[in-house]
Amino acid sequence: MTDGTATTTPRRRFSGAGSPWAPYVFVAPFVLLFIVFLIAPIGVAIVNSLFSRQSSGLGFGGSSIEFVGLTNFLRAFADRDFLAGFPRVLLYGAVQVPVMMAVAATLALLFDTALVKARRFFQFSVFLPYAVPSVIAALLWGFLYQPSVSPILQFFAGIGLDVNPLSPGIVLWSIANISLWSLIGINMIILFSALQSVPREMYEAARIDGASELRTALQIKLPMISPAILLTTLSSIIGTLQLFNEPQVLQTITSNIPSDYTPNMAIYAASTLGKDPHLASAMAVILGLATLVVSLLVLAANRRTTNRAADGI
Amino acid sequence: MIAVTAVMAVAAIYFLVPVLWLVIASTKSTGDLFSTPGFAFADFHLLDNLYALSTYDGGIFWRWGLNSIIYSVIGSALTTFVCAITGYALAVYRFRGRAALISVVLASLLVPGTVIAQPTYVLLVTLGLDNTYAGLLLPALVYPFGVLLCFIFAQSAVPLELVEAARLDGAGEFRIFGSIGLRLLATGLVTVLLFAFLGSWNSYILPLLVLTDQELMPLTVGLTGWSQASITIPGLQILTVVGSLVSVVPIAIVFLSLQRFWKAGLTAGSVRG
Repeated sequence: MTDGTATTTPRRRFSGAGSPWAPYVFVAPFVLLFIVFLIAPIGVAIVNSLFSRQSSGLGFGGSSIEFVGLTNFLRAFADRDFLAGFPRVLLYGAVQVPVMMAVAATLALLFDTALVKARRFFQFSVFLPYAVPSVIAALLWGFLYQPSVSPILQFFAGIGLDVNPLSPGIVLWSIANISLWSLIGINMIILFSALQSVPREMYEAARIDGASELRTALQIKLPMISPAILLTTLSSIIGTLQLFNEPQVLQTITSNIPSDYTPNMAIYAASTLGKDPHLASAMAVILGLATLVVSLLVLAANRRTTNRAADGI
Repeated sequence: MIAVTAVMAVAAIYFLVPVLWLVIASTKSTGDLFSTPGFAFADFHLLDNLYALSTYDGGIFWRWGLNSIIYSVIGSALTTFVCAITGYALAVYRFRGRAALISVVLASLLVPGTVIAQPTYVLLVTLGLDNTYAGLLLPALVYPFGVLLCFIFAQSAVPLELVEAARLDGAGEFRIFGSIGLRLLATGLVTVLLFAFLGSWNSYILPLLVLTDQELMPLTVGLTGWSQASITIPGLQILTVVGSLVSVVPIAIVFLSLQRFWKAGLTAGSVRG
């Protein structure tokens, strides 16, 4: 990503000709929308989080909005249920992201070999769930998680296994299953496309040296597509911290998912059920900062391993 | 070899079984949904179910479908245009603030989308845009990742010599963008278009917050509402199932038939990593 911006080859000199105002007109729509719908909401969240609606006289005397400093943040940090959402999504991400990347990478590597027959059919089936909106996927799996309609649970019951995917200890992994089902396909396609753009000559040397398909895959192909792996991993991590759609939908069929099950759900609940947009804003700021910290940690960890790999060579 | 095929078969079963269940369940009556085995066909009720789906609540389902299409088609077309023109300008011109804009776009990739849903909603209320089409369409137009993709595509796909030659021929900057830039960027734009399309097609938390009017809701919000209400209105259960199937089929067909184009775009994007 940085290569594209930092290096300008001599051929790519910028011409001074053309209307001097043209580039500003070109970028104006984006810049304007960016300010209104990205910068401003962040500003709104920060300002909102510092205020609170104070009602006077038993609520009969109307209410006023007053500056309360960090009170909303203290309230958010005192809210055990809100805080409990963070380790929950981190645990979820720690399992879901590696499983997803491992399965997506394995499938992409298999598709990249000549070993897979009926490649188009298999690629179609892996990718199909991505065309299903995550909310619909959650509805669909919701049916498959209910003993009264689920053929899968009926099958398990038939062989004497009583599984309840919606029980308190398991429901988090049932949610993970839905997002795995939805997202493995797109990650597989991104990694597969990256593999396809690696020049085939890269593998010739390995083949001449007698390396097996497996060794070639692990030691040449995977390192070659590490930028794509980093990109997909990072967006997956950000995605898990934002977890909302699947648990919010499943919430309607089970009592084991409270309305503040994930940080994002807690923000939604504070805003709608609690009718406290100021507390919700403080929570949103906290979640945003937490996500930023995790993303930067991943980027830093990656830079370190990349440097170490480069030193090794 | 056999092992690979076995792995592929297991994967295919995992990914296809829920869809297969959806297809079979859609053909059942409410009673059969609960009383017959999940993967066995019962009496064929698909047409009855489709009729019920179309007539329930004055045909609100199709209204939701239309809304989803409006949000996704208009939204993704506009989003792609905004991304294209911005990425093109960043690649072709050197202007004051260019470096700053690139850094801002890169930095904003780390801003989590759904976290700003709640503040965006507060802002839309302030602007009087809550519960309107515009309120849902406008925020979606900010797609920094799309701008970045277009910038990368434009750097490799739009030769400055060509822009220069068009200028010598007397073409204006907008004309150059419209007739040369857009055409050269086309492959990459398909990728941006599809991601933007799927983004708004999947969108849930923002419409859930912003829209109160049933008539404005997209399918995702409408169908989950039905699922919630089916606890008290039993007939809605099968309508949720059939509605899910109907909402998935067209998008799956469009997406899978276009995959040649957007796969090419993805590859072009990953070359520069």
